[in-house]
Amino acid sequence: MGIVSPGFSGRRRTADLPPGQYLTDDFPVLSAGPTPRVRPEEWSFTITTETGREHRWTWREFRALPTERPTVDLHCVTRWSKLGTHWEGVSLDTLLAGVETTADHALAHSYGGYTTNMPLADLRDGKAWIAFRFDGEALAPEHGGPARLLVPHLYLWKSAKWVRGITLLTHDRPGFWESAGYHDYGDPWREQRYWGD
Amino acid sequence: MNTPTPAHVDGNAAAGVLREVFAVDLTAAVGQCDNCGCAVVLAEARLYTRAPGMVGRCPGCQAILFRVVRGPDRTWLDLRGLRCIEVSLPDS
Repeated sequence: MGIVSPGFSGRRRTADLPPGQYLTDDFPVLSAGPTPRVRPEEWSFTITTETGREHRWTWREFRALPTERPTVDLHCVTRWSKLGTHWEGVSLDTLLAGVETTADHALAHSYGGYTTNMPLADLRDGKAWIAFRFDGEALAPEHGGPARLLVPHLYLWKSAKWVRGITLLTHDRPGFWESAGYHDYGDPWREQRYWGD
Repeated sequence: MNTPTPAHVDGNAAAGVLREVFAVDLTAAVGQCDNCGCAVVLAEARLYTRAPGMVGRCPGCQAILFRVVRGPDRTWLDLRGLRCIEVSLPDS
């Protein structure tokens, strides 16, 4: 029996990593506060437009929407990356389909008070989901369950855990980390970690 | 004719007093939580460090007292959750 090299496993390696990142196989838990415990029957998700109009889904209504199963790479600004992660969620395209807006900016809000901002365009065209399942299991509270925003083309702090809503804005409004030194946009391939990067 | 005294001077004049504050160990300082008003020795804050920055929360109400983000060549400090900080000065 020959020696099995990890190189033959088909796993992706450092060539797939943005600059300054290292590969990890586990899923580190980062949190700026106590983990909110939100039961699905208490959970709701609200999109609020720039005119104040609210579009709200209860858990039951949210789970009745069509879902997608994206496989995506995650890049955390603390320098770990995890490749080929499996999720299930509702595309933001589905949630925004009936929302009339001319806003260019979005601010995601979470249970627990966390916020993060991004251009609304980054939530459209198959680039973002409200994810409720990871690796085939219900999303654990430590990873943002019952549901989190998933915007994998930006650093992971943009993928707000415990998401409860998105406010659409005509002007950019920096979120929790963006107002304390972290980059307003956060593209890992351009290594936009901090203000001025 | 007297020259009127300006109402303010530029921030450089605060260099001495700010150096005095920020050169000390602030974990011994007492801050007032802007949310619940309680007095907190900063060393007794609930500190969350497994995050992109360090977040200190009030042990009474969990509101954020301070945030520190450390970049390779810069630090950002947000103290907006503290109304005031009391720093004891040695030998004064």
